Amino acid sequence: MQPKGYEQLAPDRLDSTFAALADPTRRAILARLASGQASVTELAKPFGMSQPAISKHLKVLERAGLISRGRDAQRRPSRLEATPLAEATAWLEGYRRFWEDSFQNLDALLDELKTEPSKRGRTKR
Amino acid sequence: MTNTETLQVTTPSEREIAMTRVFDAPRGLVFDAWTKPELLKRWLGVRNGWSLAVCEVDLGVGGAYRFVWRGPDGAEMGMGGVYREIVAPERLVSTEKFDDPWYPGEALDTIVLVEENGKTTATTTVLYESQEIRDAVLESGMARGVGESYDVLAELLASAGS
Repeated sequence: MQPKGYEQLAPDRLDSTFAALADPTRRAILARLASGQASVTELAKPFGMSQPAISKHLKVLERAGLISRGRDAQRRPSRLEATPLAEATAWLEGYRRFWEDSFQNLDALLDELKTEPSKRGRTKR
Repeated sequence: MTNTETLQVTTPSEREIAMTRVFDAPRGLVFDAWTKPELLKRWLGVRNGWSLAVCEVDLGVGGAYRFVWRGPDGAEMGMGGVYREIVAPERLVSTEKFDDPWYPGEALDTIVLVEENGKTTATTTVLYESQEIRDAVLESGMARGVGESYDVLAELLASAGS
């Protein structure tokens, strides 16, 4: 089931955002960039990956609008662009909240039913 | 929030999305809560000013159900389907179709309740008509991120906002 209120988000952008986020390395790169911009060299080292491999991931992230690259021809530092991430997170949060809120209601209801067996009705365990 | 149980989202097959949650109650109660209108109205999608205004359940194989939620601004969301399999209190299979569809075709919902030591693990699985539709649902925002990276993202976002 789907909560109401998410269809106004641009679906194409969300698609590319989620495709970009589907890869654990790319999520880790974003997490690293959240603490400040970094060059390909600076990113390659902690991830134990080659620079071309990192560059490939950065291209996907850039296409999804999740990062931007600096103009400095040498370093071309990558920095996090928060807006698409915020949209994607808002969508996920909305979906998850629908069910988490519902299930929390259900927790409370079940507590009540456990103490008031008369409300249970006919169904047997 | 007092509840500490977590909601897990997985993709058990190429056409499915599944959610798992543990409830501190025997499964008979959980089954009732999922099938009795007066109980469903107390919890399903009841949030942020939304209520489950219409909740009709004809609990029998081939019987129909219909849910309509109403929001504070007069907005409505309706869906319904037909029960395909009912094994109280452990299994409930039904079709689902939204009035204002956000994915093509009809999906099949399976709710499985497993009780252990007085707690019930509820797994709800949605089976879509094709992998393409399932993937579209996933990519339009749901499970990959929810299942794997939501927490990371939330942290990330918090730190990126500064």
